[in-house]
Amino acid sequence: MGNDPIDTQLSSSYKYGFSIDIEADTFPPGLNEEIVAALSAKKKEPEWLLQWRLKAFRHWQTMTEPTWAHVEHPPIDYQAISYYSSPKDTDGPKSLDEVDPKLLETFEKLGVPLHEREALAGVRKVAVDAVVDSVSVATTFRKELEEAGVIFMPISEAVHAHPELVKKYLGSVVPIYDNFFAALNCAVFSDGTFVYVPKGVRCPMELSTYFRINEAMTGQFERTLIVVEDEAYVSYLEGCTAPMRDENQLHAAVVELVAEGSGEIKYSTVQNWFPGDEEGKGGIYNFVTKRGICKGNRSKISWTQVETGSAITWKYPSVILKGDDTVGEFYSIAVTNNRQQADTGTKMIHLGRNTTSTIISKGIAAGRSDQSYRGLVSMGRKASNARNYTQCDSLLIGKECGAHTFPYVDVKNSSAQLEHEATTSKVSDDQVFYLRQRGLSEEDAVQLIVNGFCKDVFRQLPMEFAVEAQKLLEVSLEGSVG
Amino acid sequence: MLEIKNLHASVNGSPILRGIDLTVNKGEVHAIMGPNGAGKSTLSKVLAGSPEYEVTEGSVKLDGEDLLEMEAEERAAAGVFMGFQYPIEVPGVANSYFLRKAVNAQRKTRGEPEASSVEILRAMKKAMAFLEMDAGFRNRPVNVGFSGGEKKRNEILQLLMLNPKLALLDETDSGLDIDALRVVAKGVNSLRDPEHAFVVVTHYQRLLDYIVPDVVHVLVDGRIVHSGPRELALWLEEHGYGAIKAGDAGDAPRLEA
Repeated sequence: MGNDPIDTQLSSSYKYGFSIDIEADTFPPGLNEEIVAALSAKKKEPEWLLQWRLKAFRHWQTMTEPTWAHVEHPPIDYQAISYYSSPKDTDGPKSLDEVDPKLLETFEKLGVPLHEREALAGVRKVAVDAVVDSVSVATTFRKELEEAGVIFMPISEAVHAHPELVKKYLGSVVPIYDNFFAALNCAVFSDGTFVYVPKGVRCPMELSTYFRINEAMTGQFERTLIVVEDEAYVSYLEGCTAPMRDENQLHAAVVELVAEGSGEIKYSTVQNWFPGDEEGKGGIYNFVTKRGICKGNRSKISWTQVETGSAITWKYPSVILKGDDTVGEFYSIAVTNNRQQADTGTKMIHLGRNTTSTIISKGIAAGRSDQSYRGLVSMGRKASNARNYTQCDSLLIGKECGAHTFPYVDVKNSSAQLEHEATTSKVSDDQVFYLRQRGLSEEDAVQLIVNGFCKDVFRQLPMEFAVEAQKLLEVSLEGSVG
Repeated sequence: MLEIKNLHASVNGSPILRGIDLTVNKGEVHAIMGPNGAGKSTLSKVLAGSPEYEVTEGSVKLDGEDLLEMEAEERAAAGVFMGFQYPIEVPGVANSYFLRKAVNAQRKTRGEPEASSVEILRAMKKAMAFLEMDAGFRNRPVNVGFSGGEKKRNEILQLLMLNPKLALLDETDSGLDIDALRVVAKGVNSLRDPEHAFVVVTHYQRLLDYIVPDVVHVLVDGRIVHSGPRELALWLEEHGYGAIKAGDAGDAPRLEA
């Protein structure tokens, strides 16, 4: 690393002056070192983070967009994107009372009734760290979490409040050189969430962040970092919606999970960003890097996702099974309709002994959409007795959609065991007629078939999410038959 | 209750039904028999509203209402049930959940209040015990991994739960052993009363020993060519369809004019 020209360049401090008004609520479109530095300055970041961003930015400039995914889109003009925008009045609201009522209204529409959740806290507690266009505006239940020793805050705050933790783990799972979109995220990440659960603590509630893309032409570069120590546990819910719009929006988030000792992380996503209209116009490009590492022995990471939105999805939540006896899981439902494209799957990297991974992927394609499952199961030389079970099922609705499966396997240890099952089925006319003959409408019939198809994954979702996910599927598949 | 006049239907442009006339009154059981390819299954599917078939001519009325104008699910709610020859599998959907959906979908269409899960479960338990079905079937996905006999019992379970005025049973006896046949018939017979009507499509007269029809019709080449009393089925078993097909019913029992 010492001889790396990028490193050398980094050692010289930033030499450009500011031409960006860092008081502005929105930066002008464009991306260069000045923008990166202004972004960092805006957040009053420490020098090390600025240098980290610049290093990533310089590396990103040498990279090209990946083209191997089974998706198509016009070239993205990274200079046409504004890399910072914040809602009005973001002077650190300390309670919900200080939050712009307009925003609260939006949350209501999105089904995030913060007040209600607070009131219901005695029953089932869900803390929401709401992210609207790059800046966290409300954080609830922080006190109770603090008492448990759990840190749950915007990552921009964590940089100041817990620099040693952020510095230790940021980029430790998804390095800045990892891929084009991850490098871009490192350079310009706006905000996101930081979670830390100390040794022996079971997080007393499910943590939830609702993301929402608000202003037109604002790229979203969220950064999430979750660390659990030995014998600690956290369940984290990520859910998103977005309003209608015309311009394509780039979203390149990075999520890093670290399970130390025998820690366990359950990460659930319901993703419902605007998928574009029936002709595929508008809609969000979702190019996300999600990866977790099971560092300690007997640690466990579980990804569950329900993906119904976005015009294009490029996403492979992965687990590096480094410790012995570690467990990685990936449960996924991906729904595409109309002109949506999705290339999604997972990577299970078995390094330790007796490591186990399970992959259950359910893809539903309707309309003229196209989707691919792309998965890698890798078993390293030292991964003796590693096991993987993969089940990839595709369900097609109509005649114009497509489903593809690209499973990759790389085994370097002869004691490894792998099982792979894959099916492709259609919602048949006979099935629909049968259900209609019993009284169900055509849409209810398809819905019932789809829900049955997805059952194995719904079962993995926290209760309230499972309900929301079923509703999302209904909405996503509206008009896909008939 | 059911009035079919000059019904013509085709699939992919080739005509299957070529002028069916049939009247079924409340409380009656009509058997439709005939050789393979005569259009027996087509008749039940057309009546149930399968989009596979195109009605080209004729009319069908159910209690005076135009059945052909209704969607399949509207016909179901209006009281038309079809027992499938090959019941369809719905993976991942529990039998009990499916039945609850179906019962309440029909109630909703009819503007009736929905039944509670408890009510439906109670009715289901009762019907399953009557049909000698293992309680485990409640939670099994609809028809998935069921044997032929289990699938048919499941059809009859749905019949009992949905309680239609008109049940069309399409080859319900196919693939059944004698015990299953007895149970299926028991289920059907339990609904027989002055309010219910049945159209039973079958190849074999065997089923009619258990579900005794009021009228037997012979369907050949898309037309009903002969109708007779229950004894006609026995006669057919002895003589086959050959004579009737050739237009010479001879001494075949016929309905009094």
